Amino acid sequence: MARLMDIFLEMTAEAIWSILEFAFYPLLILLSVVIILAGCGCSVGIRQLYVKVLLIVFEWGREKIREKEERRESNEVEPEPVANGVHVIEREIELNSKGTIVRKKLERLESITQTSEFQLHDALDFFKCGIESIIEDEVTQRFSAAELASWNLLTRTNTYHQFISYRLTTLWFIGFFLRYFILFPFRLILIAFAIISLITGNTILGYLKAGVVKRWLTYRLHVTCMRLGSRAFSAVIRFHDKENKAKGGGICVANHTSPIDIIILGCDNMYAMVGQQQGGLFGAIQKGFSRAESHIWFQRSEVKDREAVARRLKEHVSDINKLPILIFPEGTCINNTSIMMFKKGSFEVGSTIYPVAIKYDSRFADPFWNSSQENFAKHLINILSSWAIVVDVWYLPPQTQREGESSVQFANRVKSYIAERGGLVDLNWDGGLKRAKPKPQMMQKQQEDFSRRLKTD
Amino acid sequence: MGSKASVLLQDEELIDIENKTGFSGNQINRLYSRFTCLDKGSKGYLSREDFLRIPELAINPLGERIIQSFFAENTEGVNFKNFMKVLATFRPISREKTTAADELNNRQAKLRFAFNMYDIGNDNEITREELLAVLHMMVGTNISEEQLASIVDRTLAEADFDHDDKIGWDDFEKVMQKVDVEQKMSIRFLN
Repeated sequence: MARLMDIFLEMTAEAIWSILEFAFYPLLILLSVVIILAGCGCSVGIRQLYVKVLLIVFEWGREKIREKEERRESNEVEPEPVANGVHVIEREIELNSKGTIVRKKLERLESITQTSEFQLHDALDFFKCGIESIIEDEVTQRFSAAELASWNLLTRTNTYHQFISYRLTTLWFIGFFLRYFILFPFRLILIAFAIISLITGNTILGYLKAGVVKRWLTYRLHVTCMRLGSRAFSAVIRFHDKENKAKGGGICVANHTSPIDIIILGCDNMYAMVGQQQGGLFGAIQKGFSRAESHIWFQRSEVKDREAVARRLKEHVSDINKLPILIFPEGTCINNTSIMMFKKGSFEVGSTIYPVAIKYDSRFADPFWNSSQENFAKHLINILSSWAIVVDVWYLPPQTQREGESSVQFANRVKSYIAERGGLVDLNWDGGLKRAKPKPQMMQKQQEDFSRRLKTD
Repeated sequence: MGSKASVLLQDEELIDIENKTGFSGNQINRLYSRFTCLDKGSKGYLSREDFLRIPELAINPLGERIIQSFFAENTEGVNFKNFMKVLATFRPISREKTTAADELNNRQAKLRFAFNMYDIGNDNEITREELLAVLHMMVGTNISEEQLASIVDRTLAEADFDHDDKIGWDDFEKVMQKVDVEQKMSIRFLN
């Protein structure tokens, strides 16, 4: 795999060089047009058209696959409805994260207050929901790529559909060539250009005297570079309800799918970023950013110190001239089908919360970064060689903590708004389960719950 | 390309599993993609760790025992066929035709699964210690040792028909006679 990757990168580098050699001037003109368009936030409509064409092609491919499958299974039962496509079973009994057995669709609902003597068959519920969770569970499936109802001519998704018919194979091959040998090199140049401009721009602006001019320039620089970057994914972003856009002194919270969320949101507003001080390329970008505007980077030692984090955040939001903070309270990337537990930290600061729901159209690319399986470079290559990033961003009305509401309740309330707006499944599980095992306390909750229903003398 | 590209099963394999377990081809393919998803590192089998990565199973008080049921035949890892065999136990009992696959999911087989859950030593009888151990898993530290002992006493008194201080297979069948095993140990598989 690593070798293949090397060969691929080498070929890409060669392709870039040959393009530069033959088409330097046309490229230069193209690049400047793109920059000017990004700068003023205009679009000629090429990407929108491109996305429309893609949809027509996908639809054709879907027809072909269906025809083929129907022919193959003509003497079998009717093909499964698409709505059920993702489910193998219908869950009837579930353990939830709070320590209760949830029964779905069962007529005999046992009330928890009623205790009964232990019977050998009491354990059957645990067996059944254990096996059910092995077949299908709420959490692990959120950490792997969401399944598509129809194939989008990318090898990464679904099964090996490309060998289903000659015409489809040809189409897939043309798409492959287009994505890897035309789009990818151009996009790589564009995103590299965006990153370099952002870093150098920030460095230069860092030397300016603080004031209105500097702030305006930094804002323009950021938004322009983010738009350039977003064009490298052929992003079509639809922002809704812009009047709710985050303002200084507030915290913007959003669901998290991939680091490119930052670029998407950055196309329409500038945010102060919060994160751990990194090394390498990211570290360099972070330093550049901080010279021009106030971002919040924590040292590794500080991250664990909740009070220090809260203090820094409070300090920042108390000045309404500073940028609104952007936080992803899930703390990890989820595959954009659901939203998981919000860490309460950002809801304890006491500032206005500006919720944002981000929903990607996964037909054009899988935006999910499975950080436990692939590194960021690989993820970036995946995105850059996909068709496009089509995404809806909803700005929700700003929220403040209600009287008598705990920060956890507040976090859950905001989460449910985002879930509803973005059409995401609202889960209470901790996204940290992607890497870590559930805490033993969670099993103890189940045991407590069971014991409460047991009659003891 | 990692676990995402789930290679379809070979046709013969598919038909073999279809015949043995009674699942439809479509269900088997879907369960296979679940299997490959759980199989971290594409080993071709599932380890205990793979199972424990499902949070809902990890917090199941009897999760340990349930995982053990997959490892009954071999201790190394669970391949797809063995995986399917255990899942087949939880297929609903079909009323019309009986096939070879029904041996895996009839009332007897479902009860066997439950019995084996208690029978930790796998010697075809549930001893006082085994019953206590399973109870311990279910209640944790929420019920005192004396109370647990009295629960075990009472359960044994009710279930031990041949008075040998153990629950044998026959005892177990008798005590579960009135339980709707069909409903409690069947999962609604979609087509």
